[in-house]
Amino acid sequence: MESIVKYLWLIPTAPLLAAGVGALLPRRQRQLGAGLAIGAIGISFLLSCAAFLVTLHSGRVSSNFRWFDFGTTSVQLGWVLDPLGAIMAVMVSFVSLLIFVYSLGYMAKDENFKQFFCFLALFAAAMLGLIIANSLLLFFMCWELVGLASYLLIGFWFQKPSAAAAAKKAFIVTRIGDLGFLVGMLLLYAKTGTLLFYDNGNGCLDQTAVAGLVASTTISLLIFCGAVGKSGQIPLHVWLPDAMEGPTPVSALIHAATMVAAGVFLIARVYPLMTPEALQAVTWVGALTAVFAASIAVAQNDIKRILAYSTVSQLGYMMMGLGAGGVAVGMFHLMTHAFFKALLFLGAGSVIHCCHEEQDIRELGGLRTRQPITFATYAVGMMALCGVPLFFSGFWSKDAILDATHHWNGSPIPFYLGLLGAFLTAFYMTRQICWVFFGKPATAKAEHAHESPPVMTVPLVILATLAVVAGFFGTPAWPWFQNYLEGGQVGFDLSKLMNEHQLPLMLLSTALVAAAIVWSGWIYGRAAARPTRETDPLEVAQPTIFVLLQNKFYVDEFYNATVVRLTAAFAKFSDWLDRVFLGGLIKAVCVFALVLAWLDRALDEALVNESFDTGTETVRSSGRWLSRLQNGQVQRYLRIIGVAFCGLLILLLWGSR
Amino acid sequence: MTTPLANYLILASLLFGIGLAGALARRNAVLVLIGLELMLNAANLNFIAFWRFSPHPEMLTGQMFVLFSIAIAAAEVAVGLALVIAIYRHRRTAQLDRFDSLKG
Amino acid sequence: MILSILTFLPLAVGVLVALLGPDRQKLGRNLAFATSLLALAVAVGLWASFDNAKAGMQFVESVSWVPSLGIEYHLGLDGLGLIMVLLSALIVPFAMLASWKIENNPKLYFSLMLFLEAGLFGTFTAQNFIHWFLFWELSLIPAFFLIRIWGGPKRAYAASQVFIYTMGGSVAMLAAFLALYATTDASTRSFDFAQLAATAHQGGLFAGHKTLATAIFLGVLLGLAVKVPLVPFHTWLPAAYSEAPTGTAMLLTGAMSKMGVYGFLRVLCPIFPEQMQAWRTPLLVLAAATIVLPAAAAFAQKDLKRMVAYSSINHLGYCLLGIFAAAGLTDGSALFPNEQAAALNGVILQMFNHGLTASALFYFVGLIEQRGGARGLNDFGGLRQAAPVFCGLMGIALFASLGLPGLNGFPGEFLIFKGTLHLAERASVLSIPGLLLTAIFLLTILQRVFSGPLAGKWNGWPDLTLGERLTVLPVVALMFVFGIFPQLLTGLANLAVLQMLKSF
Repeated sequence: MESIVKYLWLIPTAPLLAAGVGALLPRRQRQLGAGLAIGAIGISFLLSCAAFLVTLHSGRVSSNFRWFDFGTTSVQLGWVLDPLGAIMAVMVSFVSLLIFVYSLGYMAKDENFKQFFCFLALFAAAMLGLIIANSLLLFFMCWELVGLASYLLIGFWFQKPSAAAAAKKAFIVTRIGDLGFLVGMLLLYAKTGTLLFYDNGNGCLDQTAVAGLVASTTISLLIFCGAVGKSGQIPLHVWLPDAMEGPTPVSALIHAATMVAAGVFLIARVYPLMTPEALQAVTWVGALTAVFAASIAVAQNDIKRILAYSTVSQLGYMMMGLGAGGVAVGMFHLMTHAFFKALLFLGAGSVIHCCHEEQDIRELGGLRTRQPITFATYAVGMMALCGVPLFFSGFWSKDAILDATHHWNGSPIPFYLGLLGAFLTAFYMTRQICWVFFGKPATAKAEHAHESPPVMTVPLVILATLAVVAGFFGTPAWPWFQNYLEGGQVGFDLSKLMNEHQLPLMLLSTALVAAAIVWSGWIYGRAAARPTRETDPLEVAQPTIFVLLQNKFYVDEFYNATVVRLTAAFAKFSDWLDRVFLGGLIKAVCVFALVLAWLDRALDEALVNESFDTGTETVRSSGRWLSRLQNGQVQRYLRIIGVAFCGLLILLLWGSR
Repeated sequence: MTTPLANYLILASLLFGIGLAGALARRNAVLVLIGLELMLNAANLNFIAFWRFSPHPEMLTGQMFVLFSIAIAAAEVAVGLALVIAIYRHRRTAQLDRFDSLKG
Repeated sequence: MILSILTFLPLAVGVLVALLGPDRQKLGRNLAFATSLLALAVAVGLWASFDNAKAGMQFVESVSWVPSLGIEYHLGLDGLGLIMVLLSALIVPFAMLASWKIENNPKLYFSLMLFLEAGLFGTFTAQNFIHWFLFWELSLIPAFFLIRIWGGPKRAYAASQVFIYTMGGSVAMLAAFLALYATTDASTRSFDFAQLAATAHQGGLFAGHKTLATAIFLGVLLGLAVKVPLVPFHTWLPAAYSEAPTGTAMLLTGAMSKMGVYGFLRVLCPIFPEQMQAWRTPLLVLAAATIVLPAAAAFAQKDLKRMVAYSSINHLGYCLLGIFAAAGLTDGSALFPNEQAAALNGVILQMFNHGLTASALFYFVGLIEQRGGARGLNDFGGLRQAAPVFCGLMGIALFASLGLPGLNGFPGEFLIFKGTLHLAERASVLSIPGLLLTAIFLLTILQRVFSGPLAGKWNGWPDLTLGERLTVLPVVALMFVFGIFPQLLTGLANLAVLQMLKSF
C-alpha cells in the first residue's frame, strides 16, 4: 500500500516522458513516437490497475512533498490514492490506450503523425496527473496543462483556419472558468492555509470532515466556475462543439471521455467543500445544460457536432447527478458515459474515415451493410446513450440520476428537465442513426464506403462490450460502484429493483425512450430512404423552432455581439487611451513646455537682452559725446579751467557777501 | 609803515592774471611755460604774504611751502623744457595748437 | 571586492572595446561577448557561494567616498539583488547573441551593451543612494545611443522620448532625495538605504513636514514609475521597444525594466512606509490599470513588437500590484506576514521570469522581422508548417508568458495573487481579467502568425538555424527549470523578503 503510493507519480510521468522524448524526435520517426506513447500509456494503465486493486482493500493514502517556500510556510503538492482517483485513473488510461491504438489507423496518413502522439501523451499525462493530485494547486496545474493539450489537439490541423480559431476559442473560454477556479482556490488557500486535499487531518478536505464546512458558497461557486468551463456547461459550453474541428480520436478522447469529465471529477473531488447552496447551483446548471444541449442536437447535421452537443447534455446530467445525488451518482454516469461516448466518437470517426472526411449526416446513409462492425458497435453506443433498459450501461447511470433528482428536495423541475433531456437524447440519436446507417447512400462517398481496418474496429468492439458491461456495476440491485466509492459492503438484492421508488421511474423513462425512438424512427426512417435530403422533416413541420435550434439558440452570435465586441471595444478604447488620450496629454505637456520655452525666450530677448543692449549703447554714446571735449588742445583745457576758476571766484565772492 | 596785506594780494593777482593771459594767449610752448611760471610765482607770493600776516609768523610754514614750490617749479620747468625741446625736435615746431594727439 | 570586479569588468572592457581601431570590429564583438560570459560565470559563482540561510547583505564592501555628505561606496547583495544580478548576467549574453549580425559598427554597439551591463550590476548592488543613482543613470545613456543609432525608422523620436521621460523621472527622484537629505536632522543624515529605512522606521524622517514628505515621496515615485512603467507613465515604452534593435529591446524589457521594480522594493517601500500606506488605494488602482489596460491595448495592436511591448507592461503590472498590496501594512511588524511574503516572493519570481520570457519573445519577434521584413500581426500565416521548431519554441515562450503551469510564469503569478487577493481584494479582482486578456492576445499571435494556410510567399521560410537554436534553447530550458523548481528562486528570495517585510 505504502509502496504503490510512492510510485503513483509514475502514472502521469510515463506518458509525460513519452511526450518529452517524442517532442525531441525528428518528424520521420513515426513508429517510434507512436510506440513510445502507446507503451507509456500501457504502463500507466497497468500501474493504475495495480493501484485500483490496492484500493479495493484499503482506504486513502497520500504522499506529499514541499514544492517551494515563502514566508514562514511553504506550498505543498502531493499524490493521493483513493477509490475515486483509482477508478478514474483506470478508466482514463484504458480509454486513452484504446484511442491511442485507434489513432494508429486513423492518423496513419498524417504528416505530423509523430507530433500527434506526442500531444496525446501530453494530454494523458496531464489528465492522469490531475486525477492523482492531492493538492488543489497541482490539480489546477494539471488542469491547465489539459487545457493546453486540448488546445494543441483541437488545432492539430492548423492549416485550417477554423481549427486554429476553434483551438483558441476552447482555450480562452475554458480559461474564463479557470480564472474563477483560480480565485476560488486562492480564497480557499487563505481560509485553510493549505491546498492539500488530505494531509493527516490537516488537508482542506480533512478539515471539512473534522470541523464542518470550511469553504463558503462563494468559494464553492468559484471552483464550480472552473468545472463549468471545462465541462462545457451553460454558459461556457460554446467551445465544445467547435472543438470538433480536431481529429476524431481527439474528440473521442478529450471531448467525450476524459477531459470534459475533468470538471465533473473536480466537483467530485472537492465534494466535501461544496455547500448545499452551491450544490443547488450545480444541479440547476446541469439540468438546464442537459436539456439545452439536447434540444440543439436535434437540429444539427454534422455527425460529430451532434455527438458534441450530446456530450454537453450528458455532462449536464453528471452535474445534475452530483448536485442532487452525490459523488457516486455523478461519477457512475461519468464512467459509463466515457465508454459509450468514446465508442460513439470512434464509430463516427470510422464512418468519417471511410467516407472521405464526409461529416454531414445528410450526405451519408446506408452504411449498415457497408460497415457492419461499425454499425453494430455504434448501435450499442447509441442504445447505451439513449438509456435502453436493462442491458445498456447508460440506462442504469441515467436512472440513478433521475432517481436522485426525483428525491431531491430543492425543486421538482430538474427531474422533469432530466426526463425531457432523456426523451430528446433518444430522439436525436435515432435520427442520426437512421440517416447515417439506414436508407440509401445519399452520395457517392457513402456509396463506396468500406469497413475500417482492424486497428480501428477492435477498440470499437472492446468499448462496445464495456458500454454494456459497465452498467452492471452500479445497478440498484448490486450497487458495487457506489459502495466502492463510499466504502460500504456490497450485497446483491434484486428486490431493490422492484420497490415502489425504482420501478415506476424505470418504467417511465423506458416509456419515454421507447416513444422517442419509435417516433424519430418513423419520421427519419422514411426520410432516409428518400433520394434528396435537403430539408429535414422537422424543418417542414416547425421551421421557426428548427432554425432556432439549428443556430444553437444564437448563443455564439449573442456572444459575438456582446462579449467579443465589448472586448474588442475595450481593446480599442485602451489603445485610444494610449495613443490619443495619454499620447495627446503628453503632447499637450510638450506643447505647453514649448510655449513656456518660447515665452521665456521672448522675455529674454525683449527684456534682459534689450535692456542690457540699451544700457551699453547709452554708455558708449555718452562716452563718444564726452570724448569730443578732450580734443588734445591743452590750451583749451586751460581756458576752460580759467573760465571755471573765474566763475568759481565770482561765485565765492558772491557767496561771501 | 608796513604795507597792508591787500597790496600783496593785488600784486599777486595781477601777476596771476598776466601769467594766465600769457598761458592762454600764446601759442608757443615756451611762452606758455613762462606764463605758467608767473602764475606759480603769484601763488608763492600769496604764501609769503599770508605767512607774514599770520598770527604765528615764527612758524616758518609759508617759507617752507614756497621753497618746496620753487624747487618743484624748477624741476617742472626742466622737464617741461625738455619735453618742448623733444617735441620740437620731433615735429619741428613748438606751436601748442598743432598738438592734439591726446584727444579722446 | 568581487562585486566591484563584477561591476567594473564590463565597464573596463567596454572602454577597451570602444577604443579599438575601426578595423577590429570582430575582435571587439568577441571580446565583449566573452566578457559578458565571464560576468555570467562570476554571477553564477556568486550564487554558488551565496549563503541561503543568512539574512541581510552579503559580499559587503564599504568605503567612505564623500564623508561630509554621507556618500559611501557601499556594495552588498541579498537574495533579491542576487536574483537581479543573475538575470542581468543572463540576459546580456542572450541579447548579444541576438545582435550578433549587426552590421553598422558592431564594436560600438557591443561596447555600449557592456556599459549597460555595468549600469545594471551597479544598480543592483549599490546600497547608497548617490552611488545607486550614478549607475541608474549610467544605464540610460547607452540605452539612448543603442536606440538612437541602431533603431528602426522612427528611432530619433523613440530615443528622445525614452531619454526625456526617464531623465525627467530621474531628476524628480534626485531632487527628492536631496530634499530628503537637507531636511533630515544632522545626526541621522545619510544616503544609505538601510540607514534611511531605519531612520524612517523610527519616525526620524521629515518629522512634522507632512506636505514636504508627500512631495518627496511623489518625486521618488515618479522616477521609479516612469522606469517600470506604471500607467499612465508608460507611453514611451511601446515606441521605444518597437523601435529599438532586437538585442536592445531584450535588454530593455528583460533587465532594465526590473530596475524600476527593484527600486520600489529597495528604496521606496522601506523608506516611505507611511506614505505608501497613505497612497495605497490610488497606487493599487494604477497597478490594476497597468495590468488591464495594456493587456487590452496589446489586443488592439497590429504590430508584433508593440504587442509584446504591451504584454511587458502588463506583466510588470503584476509586480507592482504585489508590491503595492504588500507595502504600507506595517504596524511595527508585518500585519499579514504570510500573505505579504507570498506577494513579494511572487513579485521577485515574476521579475526574474518575465525577464527570461519577455526577452525570448522579443528575440523571436526579431527573428520573424529579420526573415520576413515585416512584423505585422496579419502579414504572416501558416508559418508552423514551414518552421515547426521555430513555432514550437516560440509557442513555449508565449505560453510561459500567459502563465501556463509547468513553465516559469505560473509560480510568480500564483504567489502574487495568493498574496494580493487577501491584502487588496478589490484591486486584484479588478486585475484578474488581465490574465484572460493576456491569453487572448498571445493566442491571437499564435493563430495569426503560425496557423492557417501557408501563404505562398513564405514558402521556404527558414526554420531556426543551429546557431539560433543554441541561442534560445538554454533560455527555453530555463523556463522549464524555473517553472518546475521555483524553489531555486524562492530559496534565495525568501529571506530577503522576510528582512524587507520588517521595514515595509
